[in-house]
Amino acid sequence: MFEQWNGFKAGIWSKEVNTRDFIQKNYTPYDGDESFLVGPTDATTKLWAQVRELMDEELKNGILDAETKVPSTLTSHDAGYLNKDLETIVGLQSDKPLKRNIMPNGGIRTVELALNSYGYQLDPQTKEIFTKYHKTHNTAVFQAYTKEMRACRHSHIITGLPDAYGRGRIVGDYRRVALYGIDFLIEEKNKDKEQLDVTPMTEEVVRKREEIAEQIIALGDLKKMAAKYGFDISKPAADIKEAIQWLYFGYLGAVKQQDGAAMSIGRNTTFLDIYAERDIKAGKYTEEQIQEFIDHFVMKLRMVRFLRIPEYNELFSGDPAWVSEAIGGLGIDGRHMVTKTSYRVLHTLSNLGPSPEPNLTILWSPRLPENFKKFCADTSIKTSSIQYENDDLMRYHYGDDYTIACCVSAMKVGKEMQFFGARANLAKTLLYAINGGRDEMTGEQVGPKYQPITSEYLDFDEVMEKFNNMMDWLARVYVDTLNVIHFMHDKYHYESLEMALHDTDVERTFATGIAGFSVVVDSLSAIKYAKVKAIRDESGLVTDYEIEGEYPAYGNNDDRVDQLGVDLVQNFMNKIRKHHTYRDSIPTTSILTITSNVVYGKKTGNTPDGRKAGQPLAPGANPMHGRDVKGAVAALSSVAKLPFRDSLDGISNTFSIIPSALGKTEEERISNLCGLLDGYFVQAPHHVNVNVMQRETLLDAMDHPEKYPQLTIRVSGYAVRFIRLTREQQLDVINRTFHEHF
Amino acid sequence: MKGRIHSIETCGAVDGPGLRYIVFTQGCPLRCQYCHNPDTWKATDGNETTTEELIEDIVKYKSFMNASNGGVTVSGGEPFLQPEFLKDLLMKCKENGLHTAVDSSGYVNLNIADPILDYTDLVLLDIKSYNKDVFKSLTGVELDRTIAFAKHLEQRGIPIWLRYVFVPNLTDNHEDIEHLAQFLSTLTNLQRIDILPFHKMGEYKWEQLGYDYKLADTKEPTVDETNAAADIFRKYNLPIIG
Repeated sequence: MFEQWNGFKAGIWSKEVNTRDFIQKNYTPYDGDESFLVGPTDATTKLWAQVRELMDEELKNGILDAETKVPSTLTSHDAGYLNKDLETIVGLQSDKPLKRNIMPNGGIRTVELALNSYGYQLDPQTKEIFTKYHKTHNTAVFQAYTKEMRACRHSHIITGLPDAYGRGRIVGDYRRVALYGIDFLIEEKNKDKEQLDVTPMTEEVVRKREEIAEQIIALGDLKKMAAKYGFDISKPAADIKEAIQWLYFGYLGAVKQQDGAAMSIGRNTTFLDIYAERDIKAGKYTEEQIQEFIDHFVMKLRMVRFLRIPEYNELFSGDPAWVSEAIGGLGIDGRHMVTKTSYRVLHTLSNLGPSPEPNLTILWSPRLPENFKKFCADTSIKTSSIQYENDDLMRYHYGDDYTIACCVSAMKVGKEMQFFGARANLAKTLLYAINGGRDEMTGEQVGPKYQPITSEYLDFDEVMEKFNNMMDWLARVYVDTLNVIHFMHDKYHYESLEMALHDTDVERTFATGIAGFSVVVDSLSAIKYAKVKAIRDESGLVTDYEIEGEYPAYGNNDDRVDQLGVDLVQNFMNKIRKHHTYRDSIPTTSILTITSNVVYGKKTGNTPDGRKAGQPLAPGANPMHGRDVKGAVAALSSVAKLPFRDSLDGISNTFSIIPSALGKTEEERISNLCGLLDGYFVQAPHHVNVNVMQRETLLDAMDHPEKYPQLTIRVSGYAVRFIRLTREQQLDVINRTFHEHF
Repeated sequence: MKGRIHSIETCGAVDGPGLRYIVFTQGCPLRCQYCHNPDTWKATDGNETTTEELIEDIVKYKSFMNASNGGVTVSGGEPFLQPEFLKDLLMKCKENGLHTAVDSSGYVNLNIADPILDYTDLVLLDIKSYNKDVFKSLTGVELDRTIAFAKHLEQRGIPIWLRYVFVPNLTDNHEDIEHLAQFLSTLTNLQRIDILPFHKMGEYKWEQLGYDYKLADTKEPTVDETNAAADIFRKYNLPIIG
């Protein structure tokens, strides 16, 4: 027993690493309202003003500062501060705030391109090291790619692949740093390594032993990193301030080591609350102090930065890091897991103003306490900064200590990681099916040379057969491409710190994804229920479509078309399931595009649903904008039909409404939004983003970005500062259905 | 039972309590100058549907209605123009345990309306003006029926949510509003008053339909103007919202 644990109820967790057990034995559910919350301290206001200033400066050039020589590791850079005297929680990725690090293990060319695009030069020696002497993930992947894989990548039928940057979507259990201290964690890892002294010494055992060794080094480095800030984290945290600091150090180490596509932080509020409760009872800290620690912690999370190339920014706009924090939910014993600290973290949206990061995610259940539901709805209406996911659905699959990685993907904290696989463009696949594997934009033969459709009018059964064949092909190339990527990522860009904060025997998922979902569904509906004429160019390539008659569109709660969507997800998932996946990972898929729907749309020709070439696809599982004519609830109900069990990596849905359409008074708007969420989630959907804002506000923000520095809007699975989106993406957001019944 | 509807809105949050499934019926006897849905006027436009189809669709949204204490609102057009259809639809809603509201101008024949009210939990009543002349010039019909309807609802104990569209130079006369407030304070079944500030979001529809929009030059009222009108209702202790 550590003295730092005095006052905690002992359990399995006191003998072995088991954060969940600690939480369940010690947390205090909170049923009250938000009246205990306090505003920002002077120090908080001062610090935040300083950060705001830096962020404004950053916006001018895209980045504020960048490292050009020293690759980032846990110990590569000196301690950095905003204002040492005022900060209660410390630690920056680099020696200066908002300075971007380089992580050439992912790919040296990416680093160089990114630096150049902001006017910086990569140090020649660093370049030489990572070209001549040290192989990168990117180099290795391209050595192993087949011709077919390169062609698919080139034609953008598969895009966003993590083959030149960190794959991310791995969430270390950063709470372990606070609960156990580093020395205990190292001891446990050593035991695991001992356990692996086995015969035969297979490739898998050798690899595991090497990985554990790397993990132990990373834990040691984390101690050194903390020491630079004057902290000894070898032992457990002794109070709430230390618990936040230790936990944050764990996360900070991760974002110093990896520039993953999504670097989520986990599910921490219930855990931290146990320390807060103990300290408040003991009279050690006041509410003001605890809120200040939380505010400073969240401020740090808002400052996480990665160096990205312009193409990456086009895909995933707004400089996101996906510092997702999951809040709320119920335990499997039926008690809700809302605590005062759940409120405190949400309250940062008031104390520091709205913000896309951290990506605050409410694990919603109709059984959450009414006070908390109202507080969430109120916060949504005021800030449009939070998203909601179905706890009743996810608890069934993941238990009660799962979190959200990236946008919407659930995983058990410290027990599960994923191989992130971006997404395949199924709208393009449908066009390949019609054109016998030729690309509709270039005419090039990218897919297999199957018989194209030659009839003037498209026949549903014929299209489906060919589409199925083409999806079979796509699923195979796609899975194999990801197999290459993740083999190399493990080898050359291993996440040793994040994995050190996982159980050694970790479950792995293999996360594929679908883009163009609603375009495919509507296209199939058009072919089935209306008449679709194919327009061909002189080479016989179908380049356009004419629709005669009307068809039921996805998003109107009409089973005729919604069922096509359900079938599509199941069908695609089953095709993925047929293939070997790297490290025996469990295959999953998602209907989730982030902001990449705009870029995917650009690379996709005319489609049989009437969408024109180049126009954005709908984001995630959203209906195509303007086609859902029966109102928001019908649109939500269509999305709710999609089977989560066949799309376990997540189904994102964005709902935007103007305030006056949600109710006449503040009280009505809050209660209607709660009703909307309760009514929606009992239908077993997975996710919803809620935006409550005026279309005019967004239009004005396009013209006068300086007036809206913190305007935040939810897009598929994450939130962005609106003014950081590209103009095209801004227009896409505005054009998307705003529910404004009056 | 067949009827003609203009459209469906599954996410109504401002036409009765909670979240509501709103059926906009086709056809209206009034020709209000500020109407933002003039495409619901002609009784022969819209789509034919049946109450069977509608109720089958409506019950899909029970989870939303239950979670928000919402229900079904029949709006228009003027729902009472299709009395049999309306009655059958409301009856089916009640059979399914749903709260029902009808959004009406009150320009109805009481004998026809009465059996329908057996299945009506709430009436959203528009009184366009309490000045007979203004009412006539604004709507094209007489005020008396609407007043009689309001009194009849009181007799039957059916609550009223009153809506008053506040239009500069048309319904902004404080004396007229005062008279309306006096009348309303005699009603025991008035639960709430919403003042709806005039807006021009329906203007484009007038153009599309080739109608002459007389309020093109009318400005949307200021917040102060709207508040001043609300104060008159407040003076009579009436349940005004906002």
